[in-house]
Amino acid sequence: MSTEPSDDFSKVETPSEIISRLEDGMTIGIGGWATRRKPMALVREILKSDLKDLTLVSYGGPDVGLLCAAGKIKRLIFAFVSLDQYPLDPHFRAARQSGQIEVWELDEGMLHWGLRAAAMDLPFLPTRIGIGTDIINQPGFKLIDSPYEDGETFVAMPAINLDAALIHAHRSDVKGNILTMSPDPFFDELFSRAAFHTYASVEKIVMTSELDIPTNARFALVERARITAVTETPFGAHPTSAAPDYHLDLKHIKSYVEGAASPEAWDAYKTAYLLSTHADYVDAVGGADTIGAIAKPVY
Amino acid sequence: MTDYNCSLADLIINACAEAWRDDGELMATGIGPLPRLGASLAKVSFNPLLQLTDGENYYADAPVPPGKRHAEPVYEGYANYDRVFSALWGGRRHSMVSPVQLDRFGQANISSIGDRAAPKVAMLGARGFPGNSIYHPNSFFIPNHSTRSFVADEVDFVCMAGYNPERYLKGTPPKGLDLRIIVSDLCVMDFNGPDKSIRVVSLHPGVSFAQVQENTGFELSKASDTLPLTPAPSKAHMALLETLDPNNVRGSVLKDNPPAIRN
Repeated sequence: MSTEPSDDFSKVETPSEIISRLEDGMTIGIGGWATRRKPMALVREILKSDLKDLTLVSYGGPDVGLLCAAGKIKRLIFAFVSLDQYPLDPHFRAARQSGQIEVWELDEGMLHWGLRAAAMDLPFLPTRIGIGTDIINQPGFKLIDSPYEDGETFVAMPAINLDAALIHAHRSDVKGNILTMSPDPFFDELFSRAAFHTYASVEKIVMTSELDIPTNARFALVERARITAVTETPFGAHPTSAAPDYHLDLKHIKSYVEGAASPEAWDAYKTAYLLSTHADYVDAVGGADTIGAIAKPVY
Repeated sequence: MTDYNCSLADLIINACAEAWRDDGELMATGIGPLPRLGASLAKVSFNPLLQLTDGENYYADAPVPPGKRHAEPVYEGYANYDRVFSALWGGRRHSMVSPVQLDRFGQANISSIGDRAAPKVAMLGARGFPGNSIYHPNSFFIPNHSTRSFVADEVDFVCMAGYNPERYLKGTPPKGLDLRIIVSDLCVMDFNGPDKSIRVVSLHPGVSFAQVQENTGFELSKASDTLPLTPAPSKAHMALLETLDPNNVRGSVLKDNPPAIRN
């Protein structure tokens, strides 16, 4: 981590300081997509906390599964939970099938639209998505007629306002100027705009000049005024990917899946990976060189 | 029947390809190896205008083989999720997907089976199915044609809209709803029966209409009195498939990789 003499403020905190800002019952959005760029170090920090009754908003991967397994989720707002190569997350399935969590299931684009409405400070945005399906038969949806000549009926997709968003990115300076350098930024920008506070874990905190904005402007995620705190967690997305820095750890995903086999298997997984500091976690999953050497998966 | 000296997977890929024959220039998305190879075959044989992705972030100049890459693809465009949503909301996409349940209206389910609060089986979630179903054409590949996949009643949770008047708003089908073909391991079907109902168009070799009906939870009609056989892939198409799928992923999709002609 580097600082410059000119920096007159810093948003750098530890993962535990960030998670201590969250409260029971909050609505929390998690960036990334399935097995890509999930803020897993922060998610693991939630597992170590006393937080409970969270409403989680996510394009779900192991972030959702872990929080299900730890009993942290009261309500899930989602369009899917997937581990890609393992299409179904067993921790999520167990929570869902036992009725442990409430769900508000959306189309992927509706979730986008709900965050967009929140980001624009609108109560809803109209869409056709959901018409003809059971999605809009869930509580929480209303229809609206176009006030123009067409008179078409739309779904009024409600804003999804977040108390907090957790995202993972590649670089930041201490002021919260963030670079998300993977091929797909997904909807992290919208998560941050829909949230009252956004907390970002990053691979590396660098000097502002090292962000090299003229070269990297297209990777700059959002204005720093939307970022409340940043924390440096190298390999903080593991076992999900933070390409191009490192790729999905399928071997670890397998251990994670096997951790759902029984209460004993979950205890073993938890003891091995979920009780330690982030630095110890990186060692436990093989260390920096091992993670860095994982080959890019093909789809 | 000598033309059918191919696997059932080859026959299915060849039938899937037909979905995109007359589409012109749009994004062709085949989810799963056989639909994906179908889209690939359509592009390299009769519709070169199709746009295909590498399964991740980019459009590729030529179909990218499933599995191990033998050469780095040449990329031609950007297909991050934000762009994919924008593109599909513009209608220029035709997907082929494999829902767990499909009903007589073409309504599809990949979310849950049984009670919603505590489902017997929790699956993926609706993904992009609701939006896809009303913004662009969709086709289906069902690998196990049975009354469990083609259900008697409505699907347990409707993720994709279908031709079900009870769910229409103001009595009209959702704008953009356009269901095209269904390829299964027994036959090819479409939605051109009475009131957009499902009818059988062709039978795979060795399969009877009675057998298809017996394995379907709702009544089917026939596109013609004497149903033709699903066309066999030509020699040229078989040669193309070798190039499109050098890892023979298609040989591992159906149990025991059966031949097109059943015993």
